[in-house]
Amino acid sequence: MKITLWGTRGCIPSLEPDTARYGGNTACVEVRGANGSLLILDAGTGIKRLGANLDPGISRVDILLTHLHLDHILGLGFFGPIDEPDMEVHIWGPPSPTMDLRSRLARYLSPPIFPIHLRDLRSRITLHDVSRGSFEIGGMEIMSDLVCHPGPTFGYRVTEMGRSIAYLPDHEPALGSHHFPEDPDWTSGFQLASGVDILVHDAQYSAAEYPNHVGWGHSSLQQALAFAAAADVGELVTFHHDPTHSDALLDELLGEVRKTAGLNLQLTPGTEGASFQLV
Amino acid sequence: MAQKEIELILLRQCASYLVMPIWLMGPDGELLYYNEPAETILGRRFDEAGPMPGEELSAMFLTTAEDGSPIDADDLPINIALTKRRPAHLPMRIRGLDGIWRMIEVTAFPIKGQEGRHLGAVAIFWEIESE
Repeated sequence: MKITLWGTRGCIPSLEPDTARYGGNTACVEVRGANGSLLILDAGTGIKRLGANLDPGISRVDILLTHLHLDHILGLGFFGPIDEPDMEVHIWGPPSPTMDLRSRLARYLSPPIFPIHLRDLRSRITLHDVSRGSFEIGGMEIMSDLVCHPGPTFGYRVTEMGRSIAYLPDHEPALGSHHFPEDPDWTSGFQLASGVDILVHDAQYSAAEYPNHVGWGHSSLQQALAFAAAADVGELVTFHHDPTHSDALLDELLGEVRKTAGLNLQLTPGTEGASFQLV
Repeated sequence: MAQKEIELILLRQCASYLVMPIWLMGPDGELLYYNEPAETILGRRFDEAGPMPGEELSAMFLTTAEDGSPIDADDLPINIALTKRRPAHLPMRIRGLDGIWRMIEVTAFPIKGQEGRHLGAVAIFWEIESE
């Protein structure tokens, strides 16, 4: 399984000179299975470049959306393969209590917000309302569960040949918890992340910023680390960088954490273009 | 124990911030949590009492009608919310783990989560007086 980060920024694309190193595109992660099957986690603006770099032989793409906040679907209409007649595109994501995934997505992929209707895109699109539980795509086992973030939001765990990655890009497991993260039974996302090789996790805020954003659905870097350590993950890849955080500030925040915390796991800043191989 | 459902996690967190006494039960009638204001009615801190299976609860927390007559377990608001999955309200007496009888009113409602899952029930206690 090979994992590539195509967009690591949170909230809004931030393609500026001082964010160029960690990247300014919003959430998009490619997971390539051993047999070449292609899974895409979220369709933020990073998906545009992923689409432009796909092998010509690819005929099926599966896109798993964690939720439908704009930064996670903004790139969908600009993903080249979605308008290719020979392409089979499966989009998986959470329904709301009142609307299925198609109806929810069509609110964005339709005029006046977007010039083309979802139904007019030329690929063969199938939409799947995701339920909590396990299913299989292209030889990879997917586990989905609802996690703590405003509105129905999934986290995903992808496993192939005994190696696994958990993807919780927007997640606030510390919300209101008095004992975070000592109590796994009462910690959102714990089961998804438990024992994975790689955890891609929300680390939007600094410790100083978090108190002013409680309930917004995101974590501080320190909380992401505490969650990862409690879940016994091998490597934490920080994700959903705050759009106001420059590369220099991210370096500073990561440097502080490395100095002060006794790390028992590998801490890797989520960087656009970075790849990870799990074999 | 398995990780709790996200709706229960959020409910517990919400309850922990409210100043009204709240009692949270899982789908099988097990006590999952009660908050700090409920501790004064139930006579013991939750950290000491801990979660407990449904069958132990009626022995731990005795209840009667306002006039002291017995209440059928099926008529307790929390059990109506759990089994009939509808809200219920009842004035009643409850004896906490400190042995003190208190007059309370109980409002209970079922918890229906994403995809219509039945996840348990919540009871809110309104304390009227201690005896």
